[in-house]
Amino acid sequence: MTGAAPSTNVRPEPLLSVRGLAKAFPSSRTLLWGGTRREVRAVSDVSFDLAAGETLALVGESGSGKSTTARLVLRLLAPDRGEVRFDGRDWLSLPLSALNRARRDVGVVFQDPGSSLNPRMNVETIVGEPLAIHRIGSSAERRERVLALLDAVGLPPQAAKRRPGEFSGGQRQRIAIARALATEPKLVVLDEPVSALDVSIRAQVLNLLLELQETTPSRPAYLFIGHDLGVVKHLADRTAVMYLGRIVEEGPTRDVLGSPRHPYTALLLASRPGLARRGDPDASLRRKVAGEPASPGSPPPGCPFHPRCPRGRRLPGRFVRTLGSSLEKRAGGSPVTTLSPPPGETFPPYSRNGLAWIHLARRTS
Amino acid sequence: MSRAPSDASSGAPLLSVRSLAVAFGDTRVVDGVSFDVARGEVVALVGESGSGKTVTGLSLLDLVPEPGRRVAGEIVFEGRNVDALPERDLRRLRGGGIGFVFQEPGAALDPVRTIGSELIAVLRRHRGLSRAEARAEALSWLSRVALPDPEARMGDLPHRMSGGMRQRAMVALALAGGPALLVADEPTTALDVTIQAQILELLLRLRDELGLAVLLVTHDLGIVAEVADRALVMYAGEIVEEASVERLLGAPEHPYTKALLASSPDAAEGAERAKLPAIGGAVPEPGAWPRGCRFAPRCPSAFDRCTVEHPATITRPGGRVACFLAGEERS
Repeated sequence: MTGAAPSTNVRPEPLLSVRGLAKAFPSSRTLLWGGTRREVRAVSDVSFDLAAGETLALVGESGSGKSTTARLVLRLLAPDRGEVRFDGRDWLSLPLSALNRARRDVGVVFQDPGSSLNPRMNVETIVGEPLAIHRIGSSAERRERVLALLDAVGLPPQAAKRRPGEFSGGQRQRIAIARALATEPKLVVLDEPVSALDVSIRAQVLNLLLELQETTPSRPAYLFIGHDLGVVKHLADRTAVMYLGRIVEEGPTRDVLGSPRHPYTALLLASRPGLARRGDPDASLRRKVAGEPASPGSPPPGCPFHPRCPRGRRLPGRFVRTLGSSLEKRAGGSPVTTLSPPPGETFPPYSRNGLAWIHLARRTS
Repeated sequence: MSRAPSDASSGAPLLSVRSLAVAFGDTRVVDGVSFDVARGEVVALVGESGSGKTVTGLSLLDLVPEPGRRVAGEIVFEGRNVDALPERDLRRLRGGGIGFVFQEPGAALDPVRTIGSELIAVLRRHRGLSRAEARAEALSWLSRVALPDPEARMGDLPHRMSGGMRQRAMVALALAGGPALLVADEPTTALDVTIQAQILELLLRLRDELGLAVLLVTHDLGIVAEVADRALVMYAGEIVEEASVERLLGAPEHPYTKALLASSPDAAEGAERAKLPAIGGAVPEPGAWPRGCRFAPRCPSAFDRCTVEHPATITRPGGRVACFLAGEERS
């Protein structure tokens, strides 16, 4: 574990570093129904780091902003605010030509390979396209590389001449993974890569992703977007839980899922239908948390979860509305974001324990 | 633990399906499916895509889309053979005897009709209520399924509601006609996990309040564990195992059930970055089912006989399994 050099607390610069990322979309609700034009804050103030070769899962429900975050990191969308450093460079200010060159270091796998693969191309063209775009190798070398990639994802060489429509969902996702890894990227963004797959196929693809992370020479880091905590547990070193555009808890997967600190994480875990059967204590937590997430068009002030939070509801309003947050070290090391009282206030004693759980997004300025 | 009050008075099951077969053109997608559902019981029909579970549910009321049709089998509901019913009675049965909840309530609800008017129409048709009575009853259904602010919801079009609210409205619609059986086809698959938990709790509560039987069509063994009394596992158009949920989870017998349980990420409580035991291959397409046991090509325990001979179903009290090995282990 500890090398010859005395270990320091200074970590090497992460491969991907995201700070204060924010993105709002104009609301498309028309005036016909009496709605007023508003903006939907899909992502507000998201920060995280991803080290080389590591897997970070962004988990959350619909509207949490996890996919938007992925799109911002990929520069498929331009953020309103925030910084993204990738591989030592200011990723957001790279000019287009440099960005396009740099894209060979980033692979993507989307949820639905049925719509993300061009149905009129054959598999060889699809998997070899990133190599051709970045002018890697001669065409003969590229063909050889495609066959090697197909072999790595468990597809026979004959697959090369066939089209995506001739494959099952699981096989199509293997094709998408082969394509994403073709240029030996340093980062692969996996946006719900197994959500559309059947249980028995899902396990195959998850195992493949784990294996390829180790066997691909570039040892890619994974940014995994998902909602299934069971899947996350198998894949991710670290997990960040998102709610209404903010990260509400982050840490090593073992800690976040094993001893959740934020009540929303606890709710997510309790809501997962489990093979541990009914009548479990989780049921009472589920009953306590009624309601649905607020619309990202009108997020509640303060902690976005507080209207549903069994603990937050007990707090005096001024606390809920003005709570700040701070970084705290979990026993054992890694930082989690937790709550601090508003300036000049202390928490009412009865709620102090609960408040360690409740947290607001990290305020970076 | 028997949550389901058994129908001791009559002894006959509420629903009885015998040797059901459904084909699209010449291709069978459901093949020889038989099962019963008792009053007040929650039965799960579990399978992956292509297993035939959805078509089985739809065929109960002849709702299989063209060109699919039932080519064999018998469906008996409340003691009456569905085939013998005139179209008028069949229509009364849809909603009045058997209610349906589908995966995507956004697609199942009429986009240009308010929830209130849909409910009122159902109540007038199936319950013969006057307009005013139906309106009052519709309101009470909306509060029963815990839709917030039911009065305001009455005038809402489906697109104004969230997915979870739409599914609550769908449940109210399915139950307003007073059915004894609710067929719920992946009712929570399109919903977020915290909302899913709420809908499942709602279904269980209504089962208890109304003595409703539920046929829950799902791919998710976690949901089965949480809400079902009994489970039917389907693979390639047939039922390969039936057991109480306790037994299915605790001592599965069919290699497919075992593999499904093992490969669910939920089930494997273990360290992160651990590999899951995966089932190789994929579910065979209808029309390309292997000759012997349909699971044999993917089965870790398959032997010669499995590839040539279709295993008979071994029935015993409380369950059945279609596997040569299960028979041998017993003897």
